[in-house]
Amino acid sequence: MMGYIWGGMIIAAFCFGAVNGQLEAVAQSALTGAENAVTMALGLLGMMCFWSGMLEIAKRAGLTEKLARLIRPLTKLLFPKLSASSPAVTAMVMNMTANFLGLSNAATPLGLAAMAELDKINPHKGTASDEMCMFVVINTASISLIPTTVITLRAAAGSQDPFGILVPVWICSVTAVIIGVIAAKLLARRDRGRYL
Amino acid sequence: MLNTLSAGVLPFICLVIVFFAMAKKIDIFDAFLSGAKDGLKTLFGILPALVGLIAAITMFRTSGALEFLTKLLSPITKPLGIPGEIMPLALLRPVSGSGALAIVSDLLKTSGPDSFVGRVASVVMGSTETTFYTLAVYYGSVNIKNSRYTVPAALLADLTGLLVGTYVCYVFFNV
Repeated sequence: MMGYIWGGMIIAAFCFGAVNGQLEAVAQSALTGAENAVTMALGLLGMMCFWSGMLEIAKRAGLTEKLARLIRPLTKLLFPKLSASSPAVTAMVMNMTANFLGLSNAATPLGLAAMAELDKINPHKGTASDEMCMFVVINTASISLIPTTVITLRAAAGSQDPFGILVPVWICSVTAVIIGVIAAKLLARRDRGRYL
Repeated sequence: MLNTLSAGVLPFICLVIVFFAMAKKIDIFDAFLSGAKDGLKTLFGILPALVGLIAAITMFRTSGALEFLTKLLSPITKPLGIPGEIMPLALLRPVSGSGALAIVSDLLKTSGPDSFVGRVASVVMGSTETTFYTLAVYYGSVNIKNSRYTVPAALLADLTGLLVGTYVCYVFFNV
């Protein structure tokens, strides 16, 4: 998929460049673009290291477990058919907490463990259960405490107010997750007859 | 007020983490170093993708193709109040994380991080995920072939992120 998008962009660039008489500028921009990528990565490097370091401290100190305890009551609402102490719910709660803290390296293995647990109790192998759909929808939306990458990018681009987007991001991501969850609930109700 | 709140969150979280970890008598510097090393690995891991993508996007923009695409989509974006420049980001976001990052960095450079477009791009980038990648990894891991209603529900959430992201910026940055 990405191959087609990437190839398409380059082909389109040459076609449009030829039509607009900009071929030389297009060729030149490949070089500047590649150079900009490295500059940008270097700009991100410090913050990325610092924040990952902080998060590792949080993880080792058991902050994930502490936060997970706060999220647990929510699972009754999201996964009414599962008991709050089941291994599937435990893995899902840990995954959501890790995502919330921005521990993406830890979140994926926890999420895959949750999927494996959910698959054990899935009566229709090969077809996603309602719990799986809900869990994946929550994971494809993102609620994170600090969107570090974007903030750093903004600072590197010379923003006067790199943190200014923080509250808007929270509002926006919470709304998106709520809409996703409601949509999943409604769609689950719609084909209840087919997968019970 | 909100800006002070926003700017104070990060130092506050650092304080909580350090305080909590020291109370638990954890070797915090060792933990920090090992985490920072992971951060380094992550960034170098995506660097090749970023070079390829930012180069392609810069070419795409220089040639005038990006402007054409933006104009082409304006009948949809105009009535919704979404800045046209955001659409390439909105389209690529569910498919590729590094692709979206490349577009955001290009937008921040061309429009400025504190412009309306720059802010909307930042909010949309910060509040959405790479939907199809997550879907493929999670369902692939347990051999799910039929994802039922996951895609429409997830894409609806992405669309909500785009719309709410735009409107929240109208409210917050009174444009």
